[in-house]
Amino acid sequence: MNYDLKSKELRAEILKMLFACQSGHPGGSLSCVEMLMALYYDVMNIDPENPDNPDRDRLVLSKGHACPALYAILADLGYFPKEDLAGLRQIGSHLQGHPDCTKTPGVDMNTGSLGQGASLAMGMALAARHAGASYKVYAVLGDGECQEGLVWEAAMAASHYKLDNLTFMLDYNKLQIDGSNEEVMSLGDIRKKFDAFGFECMEVDGHDISAVIKALKTPVSGRPKFICCNTIKGKGVSYMENQYSWHGRPMNAEEFAVAMKEQEAV
Amino acid sequence: MGKSLRVAYGESLVKLGAENEKVVVLDADLAHATQTCMFKEEYPDRFFNMGIAEGNMMCAAASFASTGYIPFASTFALFGAGRAYEQIRNSICYTNANVKFAFSHSGLSVGEDGGSHQSFEDIALMREMPHMTIFVPCDPSETEKAVMAAAKINGPVYIRVARPVCDDITTSDTPFIPGKANVMKEGNDVCIISCGLMIHEALKAAKELNKGGIQACVVNMHTIKPIDKDIILKMNKTCKGIVTLEEHSVIGGLGSAVAEVLAGHGGAKFAIMGIQDKFGKSGKPDQLFEAYGLTAAHVVKTCTEMLK
Repeated sequence: MNYDLKSKELRAEILKMLFACQSGHPGGSLSCVEMLMALYYDVMNIDPENPDNPDRDRLVLSKGHACPALYAILADLGYFPKEDLAGLRQIGSHLQGHPDCTKTPGVDMNTGSLGQGASLAMGMALAARHAGASYKVYAVLGDGECQEGLVWEAAMAASHYKLDNLTFMLDYNKLQIDGSNEEVMSLGDIRKKFDAFGFECMEVDGHDISAVIKALKTPVSGRPKFICCNTIKGKGVSYMENQYSWHGRPMNAEEFAVAMKEQEAV
Repeated sequence: MGKSLRVAYGESLVKLGAENEKVVVLDADLAHATQTCMFKEEYPDRFFNMGIAEGNMMCAAASFASTGYIPFASTFALFGAGRAYEQIRNSICYTNANVKFAFSHSGLSVGEDGGSHQSFEDIALMREMPHMTIFVPCDPSETEKAVMAAAKINGPVYIRVARPVCDDITTSDTPFIPGKANVMKEGNDVCIISCGLMIHEALKAAKELNKGGIQACVVNMHTIKPIDKDIILKMNKTCKGIVTLEEHSVIGGLGSAVAEVLAGHGGAKFAIMGIQDKFGKSGKPDQLFEAYGLTAAHVVKTCTEMLK
């Protein structure tokens, strides 16, 4: 697969969805595209024909507001028709504003309330361990989300139960709704924090798919994994990049046209 | 010989665990208070202590349910329904996850621990969430039936467990059908609708009222949700008054649930007895029931005045 072309194609889908519903979260959706691509196009053992396959690997998009990126990938993989994407956030559509596993094929868990996804992923990994199942659980966390105490309750439990079938990936774009993490509530050395909680920690460029894949595939034993993925909020749309104001703002027609133009293959 | 409802809960879990290997139990460092330690003793590999982190325990329970297990999560009512409210809402009820909660130390009967630990809000909090079923058992025997019934329901179930020791007032033959109240005593002057430990006071009050020539009916509303609308509307026709009685706030609990059914129907006079928008305090349970107006004598007074 040509990842470069695919990422442009996915970003175009994300932009179309967000423009159509005139709501949603462009910045954080665009920052985790490559992280999700690494998972869905390479690392995860998935079965789009049979989304509830009990042996599948699971993805919990803990930063649930980035679901347009997830939906674009799920549609591309055939979990549901691509035409459905046009219904994002609109009445009658199965594509809710935040992921809903009871409505959307391929969504492994409901998220949206920040912090809960980390905890849910930990619980899935614990249940897998208890069942003797070999599937793996991945959670994509936001950086602002790590201000939630629940993330650390989950981290403590993941380490206590030695869940080496669990990986937390941080979409570290350094921005949140009200501004930078630094201004709002600084995370300090987030990698050291997860290290202190007992995780095997790695750091990569979150837009370098092969680097993300390599980190995901690095074996760990006896403890959970934390991959700090350095990313750019709004990645791929020049005027959105590193702008916290694009966390949750709709594009006007002109902005949309510029953004779409930037997704065209060179 | 009586026993506490939490001991009955612990014993029931062990029994259920023997019948169903999909049952797993989670606790938040209160296994010796909630009595889930009995299950841990018997099935250590199916018991998960999540530490003092109730929200995390609820999400973990949701995930166990998502992979086909039947998790029972226990802590004190305040920390379950209160602190972990939003995890229960978004990670469990929103997806109709098959999680059971049994929260002990509910209501005024917690006693000495005082207001910080006495939950008068848990029924209100749990009741407003779609998909939730709520049982409030009145004695050890009914506690076992509630646990067994909860395991058969596909979806979230809250079992409210009181702390004190009490005698059985139901028997193993007494039916326990979710959503169908039991009439513990017939009567057609006044109907006392109650749940949990307060049923014991309701029965005492009915006996007293009988001496004064008032025939009181006592309804054990062991299921708060879905509530037995039929019996409430029937009592509204056959009795001159209805009094609800609970060790929970008058805002949002059993009384409110009954009022929601009665709204717009006219009929019998109606009063809600419970805790009057106040926090609790330390004391012996009996002293507290006296102080908060929830003894049989208070019920007799309310019923008598209502019928004047």
